[in-house]
Amino acid sequence: MPWGLLKYGFSKKYPARQDIPPNKELKNSYDVIIIGGGGHGAAIAYHLARYHGITNVAVLDKGYIGGGNTARNTAVIRSNYITPESVDFYKESVELYKQLSNELGYNMLYSQRGQLTLAHSDASMRTFRLRAEVNKQCGVRSEMVDREQIRELVPCLNLDKNARYPIIGGLWHKDGGTARHDSVAWGYAMRASQLGVEFHQRTEVTDIKQSNGRVTGVVTNRGTVNCKDVVQAVAGMSTIVAKMAGIQLPIRTFPLQAMVTQPLKPFVDPLVSSAALHCYISQTARGEIVIGGGSDPYELYSTRSSLDLKEGLIGHLLEMFPFLSEVKLLRQWTGMTDMTPDYSPIMGETPLQNYWIDGGWGTWGFKATPIAGKRMAETVARGRAPDQIRPFSLSRFRTYHLSNEAGATAASH
Amino acid sequence: MTGAENYRITDRPDGQRTGLLVDSERKIEFHFEGHKYQGLAGDTIASALAANGVWLLGRSFKYHRPRGVRSMAGLEADPMVQLEHEPNVQADRHPISQGLKVYGQHYSGSLKHDRQSFMGLLSKFMPVGFYYKAFYRPQGIWQKFWEPIVRRSAGLGKVNLETPHFYYDKKYEFYDLVVVGAGPAGLAAAIQAAESGAQVLLVEQDVIIGGSLNYYRFNADNSDSEKLRNELVEKIEALSNITARTSAYCNAWFADNWLPVIQDNRMYKVRADEVILATGSMEQPAIFRNNDLPGVMLGSGAQRMVNLFGVKPGNRAVILTANSHGYSSAIDLLDAGTDVAAIVDMRHDIPDSDLVIAAKNKRIRIETGSTIQEAVAGNRHVSGARIAKITGQGTCESSSSHIDCDLICMSTGFTPAYQLALQAGGKLNYDDENAIFDITGLPEHLHLAGSVAGLYDLDAVFKSGQQAAWRACNNLSLQSGDEPQLPAHTGQQGINHPWPIFPHEKSKEFVDLDEDLHYSDIVNACADGYAELELVKRYSTVGMGPSQGRHSALATARIVSRETNRSVSETGVTTARPPLAAEKLGVLAGRSFEPERFTAIHHRHIEAGATMMNVGLWWRPAYYGRSEEREQCISNEAMAIRNNVGLIDVSTLGKIQIRGQDAAEFLNRMYTFAYLKQPTGRARYLLMTNDAGTIIDDGVAVRITDNNFYITATTGGVDNVYRSMLWWNAQWRLDVDITNVTAAYAGVNIAGPNSRTVLEKLCQDVDLSAEAFPGNEARIGTVAGIPAQLIRVAFVGELGYEVHVPASQGEALWDALIEAGEEYDIKLVGVEAQRNLRLEKGHIIVGQDTDAMTYPEECGMGWAVKYNKPFFVGKRSLEIRNKHPSRRRLVGFEIKDKSEEVPQESNIVLHGNVVTGHVTSVARSPTLEKIIGMAYARTENEPGDRITIKLSNGQTVNADVIEMPFYDPENKRQEM
Repeated sequence: MPWGLLKYGFSKKYPARQDIPPNKELKNSYDVIIIGGGGHGAAIAYHLARYHGITNVAVLDKGYIGGGNTARNTAVIRSNYITPESVDFYKESVELYKQLSNELGYNMLYSQRGQLTLAHSDASMRTFRLRAEVNKQCGVRSEMVDREQIRELVPCLNLDKNARYPIIGGLWHKDGGTARHDSVAWGYAMRASQLGVEFHQRTEVTDIKQSNGRVTGVVTNRGTVNCKDVVQAVAGMSTIVAKMAGIQLPIRTFPLQAMVTQPLKPFVDPLVSSAALHCYISQTARGEIVIGGGSDPYELYSTRSSLDLKEGLIGHLLEMFPFLSEVKLLRQWTGMTDMTPDYSPIMGETPLQNYWIDGGWGTWGFKATPIAGKRMAETVARGRAPDQIRPFSLSRFRTYHLSNEAGATAASH
Repeated sequence: MTGAENYRITDRPDGQRTGLLVDSERKIEFHFEGHKYQGLAGDTIASALAANGVWLLGRSFKYHRPRGVRSMAGLEADPMVQLEHEPNVQADRHPISQGLKVYGQHYSGSLKHDRQSFMGLLSKFMPVGFYYKAFYRPQGIWQKFWEPIVRRSAGLGKVNLETPHFYYDKKYEFYDLVVVGAGPAGLAAAIQAAESGAQVLLVEQDVIIGGSLNYYRFNADNSDSEKLRNELVEKIEALSNITARTSAYCNAWFADNWLPVIQDNRMYKVRADEVILATGSMEQPAIFRNNDLPGVMLGSGAQRMVNLFGVKPGNRAVILTANSHGYSSAIDLLDAGTDVAAIVDMRHDIPDSDLVIAAKNKRIRIETGSTIQEAVAGNRHVSGARIAKITGQGTCESSSSHIDCDLICMSTGFTPAYQLALQAGGKLNYDDENAIFDITGLPEHLHLAGSVAGLYDLDAVFKSGQQAAWRACNNLSLQSGDEPQLPAHTGQQGINHPWPIFPHEKSKEFVDLDEDLHYSDIVNACADGYAELELVKRYSTVGMGPSQGRHSALATARIVSRETNRSVSETGVTTARPPLAAEKLGVLAGRSFEPERFTAIHHRHIEAGATMMNVGLWWRPAYYGRSEEREQCISNEAMAIRNNVGLIDVSTLGKIQIRGQDAAEFLNRMYTFAYLKQPTGRARYLLMTNDAGTIIDDGVAVRITDNNFYITATTGGVDNVYRSMLWWNAQWRLDVDITNVTAAYAGVNIAGPNSRTVLEKLCQDVDLSAEAFPGNEARIGTVAGIPAQLIRVAFVGELGYEVHVPASQGEALWDALIEAGEEYDIKLVGVEAQRNLRLEKGHIIVGQDTDAMTYPEECGMGWAVKYNKPFFVGKRSLEIRNKHPSRRRLVGFEIKDKSEEVPQESNIVLHGNVVTGHVTSVARSPTLEKIIGMAYARTENEPGDRITIKLSNGQTVNADVIEMPFYDPENKRQEM
């Protein structure tokens, strides 16, 4: 029994700690307004307050803290990307995740169990090898594994050579892992509010006021607030919020289904994914199998669930793990993914001088939460995006100097 | 309770039949926890065990408390048991069968003596969200030490890794109306609609139709329900336009009334014009200390046990109630032979009703204005109840009286079975006056009927079914008569007690039994700042367990609303998501239709001993031979084409027919090259870019006539190409007919210096001479008597012909070519050799030598882009891209040193420590006797430079950048 829990056992009155304080009155003005109280918004607020001394910050969310894609993602953390700039970026995110529970004093249930991605074709093998080679060059632990090594890593996988999509090899990413997604937002929000940041839930931004190429304030359902800087961190709604600021983003938003089975005793340790089968799984600490896959094939700003994608996804899951046919699905849900043309995020400057964007997070936003918080806070504090995120600038779409992650993203999350 | 007693009801004082579902003549033997038991045909696992006095079915998630059944309707997690091939089986729904082996789950040691039952003692040290508050110091300790402990102790059932993938399938169906739920409302609706002429599907979860009519006593002598049920069932059976499916779940509502209906091993995918949800309501537990003990049941659960299975749920009952349902179950229990020690009614004033009067007449002790303060535990079962007077909302006197009992039934309120309605976009509101949820805001073509719509009086329930059917039929333009009206008395008033929640100083008053959450856990979650319902859920895990909040959502909403000073409506419930009931993955997957494609010549490759490879859906011969001989086979095959003649099956190439007077214009827009002036009989290269200017496909266009092009696309790309052609032309409206004929034609490439000689033996109607039929030309003729399209292409860089014939003739063509080539020792050539041959010629493979960013100028394909055209897809982007300096370039390289290891495709190219690109294609060329390849390198890299390639083993090799093609730069050989 850890010491931290003893006080709960021995105190008469429950020692509540108020992780997320109730809404205060909105002030007339803040130094920084962050639109979106998800993991990213909370992380940016925390970094501003903790490392840049900027505490006159309001985080506004139309719902509740961490209620958007932070709540809906499948909590995969990895850095086995394909371009050196992405690998470096996510590598630092993994490093931050490792120490995040201790930095924030909030257990993220971070577990670096490794991620295995399966190849069923020569084309996949080529892409995986490129990822492995670039990863190694950047100091990230990724390697190609053959069928025997795969058998050792996940003995229960269907390695039948006569399967419809036989497994011919894989990419083993030791740095891959998972964490409790909600607690990432909560932990950041808790520390940020202790440092003076205000979190305003049920506070919806309805318009963004500007003059002379600068933002002057935001209009909300609780009144208008002035500010020096605005950051938008609204995954799934990036285009809609940016439009209020008059900014057009090269983003298309697709619904993405995820689902979870009833709890089961542990039987698979690493995260397992197959790009060709558009399917990936992990087993949570609670014992549920979390299942994710490809997006619905149409653009939609909706979190409604769909049937057909679920059927195909589960069919592919049973190709990998046929013995799960009698296991039951408990729940499916849907996130909205802001897809950029190159599957990389959009971070930093916008055409408005003091309006900063943290968006285009497609299916890769959760794993970048700590590093996005750190770099976006630097961006706001210094008034300029740091070099590490310049490859992800909005302006890259004008020059087509894109950061192509299509090959490392499709359904491996 | 011991296992020795028999709880099966043999006779009833009123002489009525009991156990509607069981057949007392048919005995079935099964096993639970290694002991043999006897049940009856029609029994569920839980009812059969109960008949044998076995109430302990499982252990709770966190504290390993003993648990049994409550609803007998498959609504809660506790009665989940383990079968050989299936974990987490609802014991209160799964039927027994001869020899069935059933086990409890989630315990260590034995179900009776679970070694982990001490966990309950530690509950004070496991406050809500305790795992967020500790277990992380020092860094890494969670994963190393705590997580394995948590993982082992979490989870419920076990997966059997030997379980086969059982058979499941799907069927599509279409109905005018789907009625979900065959209780009184659903039956009334189905009959009314069917009589108006609608085709109706009636979906019922239970084994038989009837719903509450089968188990609930609506009046004291139980005459109402039985009579009505028989009447309705008769009508349903007589109406041929009603399809009734029982033991079937309408498991979700998807947009536009798209319904998965699961029955046994089949999923019916049903599209319905109209849907009526008559899903009923779910009785809600009261909250008091030890309300989770086996023997604490819902009143409706006890009535199901008695009336459906003929099993007496206990010998001496205390009934906690706040409505007439408690009285109904009291009379049922008395009839079943259970002694009813007391009815504890939370109300002070009890409105007289037929049922109440009957209970009073039977001299049942009634305690008004009181509650059960605590269920007393004895031997893993209820042994008594402590009764106390209610003093205020959620409070009662501390002094209490004890009543011995082995059964507590709770009837303190309902919540509508709202899941499907909310999935369809309905909104749940809380009616403060009646303390009950109601549903508004449903989409058109979806209707509610019965208690899901807040109607509890039988007459009102019945009428609401007819009314919903009338409205649905009205939408279907099937109508007769006036709209049925609801009676004034709905029965909703007084059905729910507003606060059947009594926290206890010693806790263990459970709000969520799945997750072992006490009253205080919900309160403390709010105090910790998680003051929104969704946050409470996520922080405390309330409602996240297998029962998905069916028994906890109402209480949680009430508690959270009180703690946060909001109304229950404002607090709401968490989002309802599919599926309704947990659904087997096998059902979702169905037959798992995964098509694969064979070329017309596939069987010849197998006969020839080819090693096959997967290319998209297709199978292609990688090389002809066994994998041990791989390198030698590939090399021999390549040399055959260079020096003699070889045969390649190219049937998987995409083939599209473009016809119409705008055909050339269409190609001109879709592809980067120029096609308007392409002469007939000429073949021309095709390069396709997307709107970002990125290369996405290539192929060859043959102009057969002015208005008719036959084009090829890549094996993997053709489906996208075809789709994007249709997409673009939906806007352009050009006069073209676009047909994907990939599967209609087989293709064979006969290549090598002897290819003409061989082909001439089989083709008399086309002059194959170099003068009459030069490179990049196409002809129509016959080969071996088969009508054929001949194209002179030189992908592999030798004299060669692609012969395209109807797929049905592919094998005949192949055989004829082999026979004709026998005297020249013609060789079969696979994909691998072809790849190497084209590499020697410097031809790119789209997708291998290009990626999702490659544009033509970057990979030396600028020659295939005509910027003087007014438009082609990608032109604008390419003009912009060409204005900015490129960051990389595809170069050819060679490694002359034979001792060097061959780099692998995707090995990286380094400049210092910086990754500047990677190898896209590489091979040891038998023709050139050196290693050659293509790689992305810095833009500055020119022929004569050296680049550094890092091998997979970490070593580096240097390669010389040289001009491409590596082989026959003047193209003399292919133009022979």
